[in-house]
Amino acid sequence: MVERSYEKFFRQNRLPHLWCPGCGNGIAMKAIVQAIEKIPELNQDNTVIVSGIGCSSRASGYMDFDTLHTAHGRAIPFATGIKLANPKLNVIVITGDGDCTAIGGNHFIHGCRRNIDLTVVLFNNNIYGMTGGQASPMTPLGKKATTAPYGSIDRPFNACHLAEAAGATYVARSTAYHVQHLVTMITGGIKNHGFSFIEAMVQCPTAYGRKNKMTDPAKMLEWMKDTAQMKNVWDKNPTDEKFPIGVLYQSTAGEIDYSSAYEKVIEMAGGI
Amino acid sequence: MRKQLRLSGSGGQGVITAAIIFAEAAVSEGFDAVQSQSYGPEARGGASKSEVIIDDGKIFHPHVHCPDVVLAMTQKAADKYFSDLSSDGILLLDSDLVPNVPDVSNVVRIPITRLAVEKLGKSLFANIVALGALAHLTNLVDFDAVKKAVAHRVPSHTIDQNMQALQIGWDAVEDFYNYEEKIAG
Amino acid sequence: MSARLMQGNEAVAEGALKAGVRFFGGYPITPSTEIAEGMAKLLPKVGGTFIQMEDEIASMGVVLGASLAGRKVLTASSGPGISLKQELIGYAAAAEIPVVIVNVQRVGPSTGQPTAPSQSDVMQARWGTHGDHSIIAISPWSVREAFDLAVDAVNLAERFRTPVILLMDEIVGHLRERVELPESIEIYERRKPKSTRAEGYQPYKPDEDLVPNIANFGEGFHIHVTGLIHDETGFPVGSPKVTEESIRRLHEKIDRAGDEIIKVEESFMDDAEFAVVSFGGTARTAYEAVAEARNRGIKIGMVRLITIFPFADKILNDLASRVKGILVAELNYGQVVNEVRRAVNGKCPVKLCAKYNMQIFEPEEILKAIEDLAANQDQTYTVHSTGFEKVKDPEEVENTGGDD
Repeated sequence: MVERSYEKFFRQNRLPHLWCPGCGNGIAMKAIVQAIEKIPELNQDNTVIVSGIGCSSRASGYMDFDTLHTAHGRAIPFATGIKLANPKLNVIVITGDGDCTAIGGNHFIHGCRRNIDLTVVLFNNNIYGMTGGQASPMTPLGKKATTAPYGSIDRPFNACHLAEAAGATYVARSTAYHVQHLVTMITGGIKNHGFSFIEAMVQCPTAYGRKNKMTDPAKMLEWMKDTAQMKNVWDKNPTDEKFPIGVLYQSTAGEIDYSSAYEKVIEMAGGI
Repeated sequence: MRKQLRLSGSGGQGVITAAIIFAEAAVSEGFDAVQSQSYGPEARGGASKSEVIIDDGKIFHPHVHCPDVVLAMTQKAADKYFSDLSSDGILLLDSDLVPNVPDVSNVVRIPITRLAVEKLGKSLFANIVALGALAHLTNLVDFDAVKKAVAHRVPSHTIDQNMQALQIGWDAVEDFYNYEEKIAG
Repeated sequence: MSARLMQGNEAVAEGALKAGVRFFGGYPITPSTEIAEGMAKLLPKVGGTFIQMEDEIASMGVVLGASLAGRKVLTASSGPGISLKQELIGYAAAAEIPVVIVNVQRVGPSTGQPTAPSQSDVMQARWGTHGDHSIIAISPWSVREAFDLAVDAVNLAERFRTPVILLMDEIVGHLRERVELPESIEIYERRKPKSTRAEGYQPYKPDEDLVPNIANFGEGFHIHVTGLIHDETGFPVGSPKVTEESIRRLHEKIDRAGDEIIKVEESFMDDAEFAVVSFGGTARTAYEAVAEARNRGIKIGMVRLITIFPFADKILNDLASRVKGILVAELNYGQVVNEVRRAVNGKCPVKLCAKYNMQIFEPEEILKAIEDLAANQDQTYTVHSTGFEKVKDPEEVENTGGDD
């Protein structure tokens, strides 16, 4: 029998989850708890899960930690407050492409800029799923949504580039297909003392797939398998036909994280 | 016993700081005091006004009505803020910066900014020179209390110069009245 | 403690710190900035945390996060910023997170007159965020009271697990005056869970006073906090019954404690036949007008609202039985006057003395309105910078002579 030790991290009485059959969010959520399980310093009492609003952000309700389901786009400010108020807590943010890069875009870049020690996992399904399939800032060009019935003309964000440019000290991408790889990427993010950003590509067969002739979740996962390339491979032949996964950026400059920087402020002010 | 002061000039001349220090001196002497201010949108260069009320009883309404003393450090401020001066009120002007003297019976003209530059090397001290003059003209708060309030506010390495500035302002009022008496005599 | 000259905004920072605030998140805006500047300087000295956020919404978010992690928290802003904060003020009301929001009111709407005084955010304090909820809003008239009410605001937020609006105005916020601060103050400490997880602890199960004992994050209770309507476990439910009970409890935990929360101050009221109702910085001017009216033989007193919300319905209804008429003096187009009319419910005429031209009232303006009220003229007054304009009372409140 396969050991399912990660089950203790879930609130069994809150399951089953509300996600559609074939949704990738559950895979990404499980990857987060497996990452937590891999790091001995983290436990259910010293780890806080903070989420925004949307399909991804319902994950917090299923996870057996102190959990905070905030308002739309606002997970990072709330998480910043928790981390600064009690720096001993490990704070993990679960957000979606709409939540993080549209309504929460300003908070996202400023979280990166401050290098506050949070691990932000963006479940990227390229669509607003909870409200029934509207275009997000990460909907690819030409793809259809209920609010882009003729195909999206809005150029999408590359959230990883955005995070790196804004000052995040750890930036990684993986997919719901590459489960163990995704766990490794999240583990690396948690271990980084600073702002860590992990884009987890997840399939949405219901809202995104139906509009874009990809209703079979298995085929969507296959697309991820075929299109994703490990960063070192992709770097040799960068092409729009493929996308890189792996640790896309990790700072080696040793930037101080925000809580530690503020401890120095307290010291300078002569505080306790 | 109530005294109402209005200090006006342009942003950066330090009239608000002077008003705060005067109110602090009054509080240290046991008076009730309120200080309010208004300034233009720019932190510097805009019109700047600060008001102080000092009373031995409680002060409620915080705005000055018929001030006992109006200080004007620019022509614009003088033109704008003298009109409701009380009948025996005093208009204190920087004589160089306010060439056109408003039609008021009691005017005290002192080259406030020039005195600061000539005697202390910096126009920065003009507001403290003005404060010394105001302390003399209001004749309410003990001059030593004003000195203490100034010393408390300014950077410690500038205390000596600020004390001189206060005295220069105080003496300038004496000189002005002596001169007036001489003319009248 | 000896007397000193202190600014209203500075007193708010000092009071909040004394009350135990150890976290401030904010964004610069006139005329509230001195509060943020004060906190930036003072908080690290006591091991607290100050952070300047990227916007007003984030400022609310960061303090709510810190409050959930156990800190007493404060944020401060002014009209435009308070409009932005409304989203998460509602979150704090729904998720019952203690937080104090200072609003140093300036002239609106929109960017308005950034440096000029106003009291025109009163109804925003009550209804600014969407949805049914209750709220506490308190308004100081002096620098000393700004200190005192900052302390009260923190205590009330912790006591009732609710957002509290410290409704300042630019008059008091920027005023410097003589204060003597108290040697010691009373501090309310947030209540703790009364049972363990094993015993079936439910974070949103209320005590008898309808306030729940919610654990802080990091204490091992594994609580869930959400802005969705939730039951006593804290988890969202789609039930009509739970929705109704939840919304009712959010109101009743504050409304039932009216006697504990609501404060007013009466002056010259013993034999008063008329009353001025005022609040905040405007009450300072109203007080002088009332005192002068007394000198002129008019039997008038003043009721100063310290607590704006929950509104002093009963106190004002009782007042209407004692007097022949009420004049509401406020620095806006007319907001509190409608609350007074609702509370008085026709028992006596309620007149308005309003001003909204960047300038504070002068005592003689309110005095004129008092004299006209005493002469029983059935009019509403609006004071403009150009003089005194009389407007026919739109409500045509019938004078019942207070014999109802």
